Amino acid sequence: MGIRERLSGNEAIAVAMKQINPDVMGAFPITPSTEIPQYFSSYVDNGEVDTEFIAVESEHSAMSTCIGAQAAGCRAISATSSCGLSYMHEMLYVAASDRLPITLAVSCRALSGPININNDHSDAMSVRDAGWLMLFAETNQEAYDNYLQAMRIAEAVNLPIMICQDGFITSHAIENITLVEDDKVKDFVGEYKPEYSLLKGSMAVGPYATPAFYIEAKRQQAQAMIDAKDVIRSVSADFEKMTGRKYDLIEEYEMKDAERAIIIIGSSAGTAKEAIRGLRATGEKVGLIKIRSFRPFPAEEIARALKNVKVFAVMDKADSFNSHCGPIFAEVSAAMCVANINNPKGINIIYGLGGRDVRVESIERVFAQLDEIVKTGDVGESYRYLDVRE
Amino acid sequence: MKDIVEIRWHGRGGQGAKTASLLLADAAFNTGKFVQGFPEYGPERMGAPITAYNRISSERSSVHSNIYYPDYVVVVDETLLSAVDVTAGLKAEGAIVINSAKTPAELRPLLRGYAGKVCTIDAGKISQETLGKNFPNTPMLAAIVKVSGVVAVEEFIKDMDASFHHKFATKPQVIGGNMEALKRSMEEVTVG
Repeated sequence: MGIRERLSGNEAIAVAMKQINPDVMGAFPITPSTEIPQYFSSYVDNGEVDTEFIAVESEHSAMSTCIGAQAAGCRAISATSSCGLSYMHEMLYVAASDRLPITLAVSCRALSGPININNDHSDAMSVRDAGWLMLFAETNQEAYDNYLQAMRIAEAVNLPIMICQDGFITSHAIENITLVEDDKVKDFVGEYKPEYSLLKGSMAVGPYATPAFYIEAKRQQAQAMIDAKDVIRSVSADFEKMTGRKYDLIEEYEMKDAERAIIIIGSSAGTAKEAIRGLRATGEKVGLIKIRSFRPFPAEEIARALKNVKVFAVMDKADSFNSHCGPIFAEVSAAMCVANINNPKGINIIYGLGGRDVRVESIERVFAQLDEIVKTGDVGESYRYLDVRE
Repeated sequence: MKDIVEIRWHGRGGQGAKTASLLLADAAFNTGKFVQGFPEYGPERMGAPITAYNRISSERSSVHSNIYYPDYVVVVDETLLSAVDVTAGLKAEGAIVINSAKTPAELRPLLRGYAGKVCTIDAGKISQETLGKNFPNTPMLAAIVKVSGVVAVEEFIKDMDASFHHKFATKPQVIGGNMEALKRSMEEVTVG
């Protein structure tokens, strides 16, 4: 079952787009996501898809194009990275509040400055409050699989969705992948049949809302994000039936009897798994929780998974510059607080910024720091940078 | 073969070291392996030192970092020997393959005490004589396949023939030269 291939993460996304054959792509190139519209435009040129490809002059216009197209009842897609995502910022909020299930592929890259083209999550994390669904991938396979599930999830709750992977680390690395057959993809994704659209009946897009209505619109947006958790689970279950590949909001790896755990997102989860295999072989009770769905945030699921550990480290590939922690640590801590789980001690590790290589040894150093906390009972500084020259 | 073989490529921007690493990944993929092929990206400019990597294994490797303890190192440009610590972390039971007209004995003193196998191949000359141009990556690819045994030689030749026919469908006149370059490189690589 499936088609054995080897593709980079960017190619894998472009192939998923080809198999889905969406109506409109609005795109402007930026490293390291450039290859996505590049590959896809060749499919348009070869007639392999009948997508309207609109080459625009900026990312702001790329997202505006998607908003117009999706509001007209089309499936609209784009791809971007880093400052390109920042340049879309204003329109990301418009897309989400207009409840348009646009699909955006993000090959995550650091934000300036210093100027840097390599991977971290400062671009994606900086748009985390825009109201988009956000799924993250460890591998090219997960990026592809998430993309195939994206439209079903987004369209069920009328929210736009970002499919994030790590720039260069997975976007430009050739690895094995199992593709789903074209006809199965078409059946799985199905047709887009919006209840309302500009070209079907009448619909107001982007209206002004006075204080008498604005907060109700936002409350509905919040409800859609809450509802998305069950939708993600159910689409993932259908995907598993088709492919045998299991997905959830989070992945727990060696967590059953873990005393020390890390919470991580993206490609470094794979490197961490290798570190955990090595440490487990010497009898150390270590595990990890990988966040697949960052929006909606799996607060209850993470709190439950951490309930019995002695100590955990939340790994943030972006800093919030708030003088005490990165974004994922803040949300994990809130999740623990709400669940009234106070026993595990937690620290925050800022790592991998601007492409600083994350090695098996890097993760081993994190577990060693956690071991120190278990032994001494002293958390010490909870806001730590990993593998940095001081 | 070991469960996982890790290879590090050193070249200069524009010489095709990245392409060679991707071709090696392809060749290994076609024999049923799990592969990784990835370059280390930075500001890309012609002539600047670049690094690319391969992991080739029978099970999928979940590691997404650069390679620090390679089994093999390939040096596409001899002038890098004085500029880059090419043998850093290289396993003594492995080997280094260098594009050079010199002998392994002549190059060993430049390798900062590396005790493992040193192999040389004059990829520039082979490329000039078979392709009429300096494209060292094709002969270097063949040399590392021969030295590492990561892909069986006959399988590799058959697979490359098919992929050249695909890649050069519009200019079949270069297929013969490329195949010749591969075969000569496998014969001429010197192990010291």
